[in-house]
Amino acid sequence: MALASARARGPALKVMAANEAADAKLLGRLADWCDSFSPFVALDPQGLLLDVTGSSHLFGGELAMLERLRAALKHQGFAVTAALAGSATAARALARYCDGLIVPPGADQAAMAGLPVEALALEPAITQALRRAGLKKVGQVAARSRAELTARFGAAMVSQLDNALGKAEIPISPRLKLPPYRVERRFAEPVAIEDFMLATIKQLAGHLAKLLEERGEGARALEAVFFRADGAIRRIAIETGAPSRDPAILERLFREKLGALADPLDPGFGFDLIRLEALHTEACRSEANDLGSSAVDEKEIRHLIDRLAARFGSHRVLAFRPNDTHIPENAFAAVPAQYAPASKLAWESVRSPQEAPQRPLRLMIPEPVSMLPGMRFRWRGVVHAVRHREGPERIAMEWWRALSDSKGGGPARDYFRLEDEEGRRFWLYRENGARWFLHGVFA
Amino acid sequence: MTGAMEKIATLRAVLAPTGRAQRRVSLGRPDGVLAGGLRRGALHEVFAPPSHEAAATGFVVGLAVRLGGPVLWITQDYALLEHGVQAATGLQELGLDPARLILLRVPDVTSALRAAMDGLSCAALGAVVIELSGESKLLDLVAYRKLVLAAGESGVTVLLLRFSAQPSVGVAETRWQVRAQPSPSSHWGKPIFAVELQRNRAGPGGSWVLEWSCDDGLFRSADRGAVVSASGERSPAAALADISAA
Repeated sequence: MALASARARGPALKVMAANEAADAKLLGRLADWCDSFSPFVALDPQGLLLDVTGSSHLFGGELAMLERLRAALKHQGFAVTAALAGSATAARALARYCDGLIVPPGADQAAMAGLPVEALALEPAITQALRRAGLKKVGQVAARSRAELTARFGAAMVSQLDNALGKAEIPISPRLKLPPYRVERRFAEPVAIEDFMLATIKQLAGHLAKLLEERGEGARALEAVFFRADGAIRRIAIETGAPSRDPAILERLFREKLGALADPLDPGFGFDLIRLEALHTEACRSEANDLGSSAVDEKEIRHLIDRLAARFGSHRVLAFRPNDTHIPENAFAAVPAQYAPASKLAWESVRSPQEAPQRPLRLMIPEPVSMLPGMRFRWRGVVHAVRHREGPERIAMEWWRALSDSKGGGPARDYFRLEDEEGRRFWLYRENGARWFLHGVFA
Repeated sequence: MTGAMEKIATLRAVLAPTGRAQRRVSLGRPDGVLAGGLRRGALHEVFAPPSHEAAATGFVVGLAVRLGGPVLWITQDYALLEHGVQAATGLQELGLDPARLILLRVPDVTSALRAAMDGLSCAALGAVVIELSGESKLLDLVAYRKLVLAAGESGVTVLLLRFSAQPSVGVAETRWQVRAQPSPSSHWGKPIFAVELQRNRAGPGGSWVLEWSCDDGLFRSADRGAVVSASGERSPAAALADISAA
């Protein structure tokens, strides 16, 4: 119907432009929310498909589930049409034409027979051709022989028809990847107290621990999903440095994370479902009770790192790893402690015994220094008179790396250790025999 | 027989804490006024006058080596630009194994204190170093007391390294002011500090010139070159003597 004729019929009609992006976003949010009914939720261009095989009994049967889903969506302010059938295509068609229908197993064809051919959602040209041939109902199309249909409309149309009639089945592809482990708790009354939510997470972590233990695994990445009663969903993820399944530790990490959230968890009218998912797991040796004290200490340190990472972000908790290079600023790296694998390289000292330190304690981004006559230099506006000096130590850049990446380039540097009249010790270098830079300070 | 068993139990109790849990670690010369050394599980402040930050850092590294165990080092983001990042190679040359170090970079003082409390609850750590630049109202009596209590509970030592700041409240076990000290002309370049003990709960203050010996991890008195014994702790024999006296 054209807009003009619609307006003629109803002068009070309000018109607004369609906003596809907003629609898609809303549908995505709805799909997330439907996740609390079944893990298999797929986006259909105009709706949502849920595979409820095996999950309907949790809601007291298919009818009760469908009613609950419709009621909850209506409560959120949506107009809903829904149907449940053996195949996704049939369910999609029936939802359009027979709202609220539940097709018993194997009866898809009978349920579809009375619908107009448009319900098959075929290409418009095919639908029109069927109508012209006098096949106005799905049942009439289904009665024709397959060979006849294939010859006239092609194999694609026939397979589409078979899907709709429940004779063939294409599985829906879920929107979210299914996590290997998930446990959840549903509440009759929405909960809003943080302590209670954390207690629930701990309880769920206990269930999860049992599942993980059966397979000898521990979780490296977990996600807690909070389903709010009004449909909003919040996901909180944590990571651990080593596979873990101790409920107390996991609860503590979530507590840290919740405490450090930039926008706190808003319970609104409360959460009606809390779910805990292990997104990434690794093999984890069963923890013996008679660990030595050093192993216990190591474990405690690991937990400390996890806690700090949950609070401040893993990029802020760092550990040193040696690198195989003699370039001073690249000889070590501070890497996130949670992911840092143990290094095979040993820490090599440039200093030989009885010698003074050869490498600075604190390393700076090289800062230009002006050399003044009479063994003096100016750094950050202060003139230092040099009392002792040692050098040069020539450090050539790694030309062989310069070929493959940009790290090794640059001119050779001549390093000097200097001490000023107050005893402050500096590490300076001269580049190209001309420019001076301060690169670090010694204790 | 039961008497002997009791005695063994008492002996055990006395001897048990000599591993990691020694109450004080020796710093050489200053041990005399420190009642035997730097107390574990307490708060120690180290102040650096402007442009002597590296020396103060070196002194704190020395303390951390003496205390032993893993170290959590908390720094503020912008301070790293001003004073430089901790260099693993330099730390290792001073005797602090880089593998023992956990670095935490925090945006502000609130986070630093929060993280320090987290660290202090982990008894496996040897020390928590909090490096703070400038004055902050957040570092009030309450914050200090919280740190002191947490440190006392877990036995982890807090080393509060403060740059461009003035001492304010006096809750710390000890407060040090550390400057770089010009080296003696012959073997120059070793870490030498002019330390001033400004506050000391266990006794009077004092000033010393200490040299950090990278090879054996000891503070030596630089003016005389005298070595002070590494084990400033009570010997098991002294404990035995106590028991027999009792």
